[in-house]
Amino acid sequence: MSGGTYLGMPAFPEAAHEAVRNQTLRGNLRHATHTIRAKRANAVAEVSDWAELREAGKQIKDHTLRNLDTYLVRLEESVTAAGGTVHWAADADEANRIVTRLVKETGESEVVKVKSMATQEIGLNEALEAEGIRAYETDLAELIVQLGEDRPSHILVPAIHRNRGEIRDIFAREMGAWGRPAPEGLTDTPAELAEAARLHLREKFLRAKVGISGANFMVAETGTLVVVESEGNGRMCLTLPETLISVVGIEKIVPTWQDLEVFLQTLPRSSTAERMNPYTSTWTGTTDDDGPQNFHLVLLDNGRTDTLADEVGRQALRCIRCSACLNVCPVYERAGGHAYGSVYPGPIGAILSPQLRGTGSEIDASLPYASSLCGACYDVCPVAIDIPEVLVHLRERVVQGGPVTREGAKVVVKPAKGHAAERAAMRAARWAFSRPGALRAGQRLASRTRRFHPRTLPGPGRAWSDSRAVPTVPAEPFRDWWQRTRGGNQDRTQDGTRGGAQDGKDAAK
Amino acid sequence: MRVALFLTCVNDTLYPDTGRAVVRLLTRLGVDVDFPMAQTCCGQAHYNTGYRHEAEPLARHFAEVFGGYDAIVTPSGSCGAMVRELYPRMGARARAEGRGEGLATALAPVVPKTYELTEFLVDVLGVTDVGAYYPHTVTYHPTCHGLRSLGLGDRPRRLLRSVKGLELKELPGADECCGFGGTFALKNSDVSAAMGADKVRNAASTGADVLCAADNSCLMHIGGTMTRLRTGMRPVHIAEILASTEEEAV
Repeated sequence: MSGGTYLGMPAFPEAAHEAVRNQTLRGNLRHATHTIRAKRANAVAEVSDWAELREAGKQIKDHTLRNLDTYLVRLEESVTAAGGTVHWAADADEANRIVTRLVKETGESEVVKVKSMATQEIGLNEALEAEGIRAYETDLAELIVQLGEDRPSHILVPAIHRNRGEIRDIFAREMGAWGRPAPEGLTDTPAELAEAARLHLREKFLRAKVGISGANFMVAETGTLVVVESEGNGRMCLTLPETLISVVGIEKIVPTWQDLEVFLQTLPRSSTAERMNPYTSTWTGTTDDDGPQNFHLVLLDNGRTDTLADEVGRQALRCIRCSACLNVCPVYERAGGHAYGSVYPGPIGAILSPQLRGTGSEIDASLPYASSLCGACYDVCPVAIDIPEVLVHLRERVVQGGPVTREGAKVVVKPAKGHAAERAAMRAARWAFSRPGALRAGQRLASRTRRFHPRTLPGPGRAWSDSRAVPTVPAEPFRDWWQRTRGGNQDRTQDGTRGGAQDGKDAAK
Repeated sequence: MRVALFLTCVNDTLYPDTGRAVVRLLTRLGVDVDFPMAQTCCGQAHYNTGYRHEAEPLARHFAEVFGGYDAIVTPSGSCGAMVRELYPRMGARARAEGRGEGLATALAPVVPKTYELTEFLVDVLGVTDVGAYYPHTVTYHPTCHGLRSLGLGDRPRRLLRSVKGLELKELPGADECCGFGGTFALKNSDVSAAMGADKVRNAASTGADVLCAADNSCLMHIGGTMTRLRTGMRPVHIAEILASTEEEAV
């Protein structure tokens, strides 16, 4: 994945180091994720066939991915037949060039944007800015991020790391430079903040000639695109401008309208914990005298075909960007979204970024380890992506290297740097564990020297002992007690009663 | 029924009391339990850190050591999940890599015979009241792999509720990970420690004396955090509670 705005980020543990100590951030994230986590659980629990919907979503996505070539061609035909123009972009740079050219052809220097992960992934706003075109984000949270010259930290609620007070300050300080200033005496009540944003954005909707969006789904049989949203800003951007440009990842395709019935149930409940989202906009090409008269669809690959070639990792392409995995993730809750160094934070980001971008950079090689493998993400995923499985698969790629597909070609990647000591330790442990005698000798040595064990550990062990007491080694490992007593049976043969474990325990003292 | 205790390398080396408790408990319930001396490690730490190829010989060794038993009982949710969930996956990966059926065939026999301790008690022996006595206030932390990979459900709580003298306090945020995560505890120690501290604070809020779990690796992390935070609580493996009787307190 090229064109991303977050390359050069430090590895996850370093980035998380600061976030964990930021008490405001921890409080904001804890409050937000726990609230939505509980709401989602309720919204899902009231659906009696949730497990079947989840399985159906998984199968529809897997079927589509297996036949992606067929469905993409079908989509292109139906979009073209409906009056749209389809463009193919192999990577971020190509997508940015196409969109920039299309905007320039309209003669406009401003665009309004619907919240879109794909355009963030390719760094479209920055690419447009470099060509003198200003992109206005119109989703409330994206507006907060844009005005605050900040980065999004969540897929669904990009300003989740901000509280109301911080948002009030950003609005009061920055809105004037971008358009209509915030009202005098703005407070941090949600209604006032929303009204300030509404007034600020309204003049942009009414003025804009070009809208840019992504899409949640693309229906191959009809060429219909679907945007699911809560605020209505998307509906404005999709209907008011003369030209609409949609940048969509190739994996967002579904074969038929009927397939939508699954995802339009699972997506809102999983993401905003709503039974149905407030606005679902669908459009098919162009319609005379109604809505945008020019429609362009930019189909984005940017590492997706390479990801599809990996039989374990490809399940990440099922993702419908609901964010349920972020909201239940204990690591995300403490580290925050920025630590993931990508527009895709949280568990899904930890498996998506190292596949779309490869594991070459420090941040991407560290992401597969940004998880305790607790499995909460897999439990809530509405398309059953086994995120822990993919994390472990990618860890293997990081430490052992192996064959991968990059830019369509099979290549063998080398193991990432910085794992030599760990690899040696793992080999040594494997050697010892393959020989019960060696393991036993090690245990005995540890037991005999136990009085000399330090209470803080040197080297990498400090990562443990800085925050946790070191366990004490017992005087006798279990296997020695077992061999000595046969689990207490020798005691029984001696005196006819069961001394059992207690005798063994006493003997060990 | 020939029953083997798969104690795990961590318990064997650091927590022999847990092993003795399992032996005592199973013996009391009439199970003749054996400890095959050739056992070492299931390979979980290798596998989950990305060293699948180092884990393979350990998995084969496990299958050789335990293959002849009717049931394999382990007092560890995560090592149990390694065998039950990840051994089949390792076999399938080897097959997908064109290395044939060898690994899958070698590992297959031990997979359905491996039980986490509370599963073995409730599902195989069919008991929830094991005749234990433990006069303490206890809160229970369901560890992630037991909870989500093995689906232990309410089995541990049912066992604990039947213990005489034991007062069980519900742990707020019980199913949130404690932050151990194997090598995660070292590689992402800041986040791991923050998760551990939150878990310990939740446990302390229950007023219990003891935090109980079915996995000593997690308890090593939680207990180590408790010591540093000076909560006065103790981490105790569920086997030690269930093994305890009025005659013989653990």
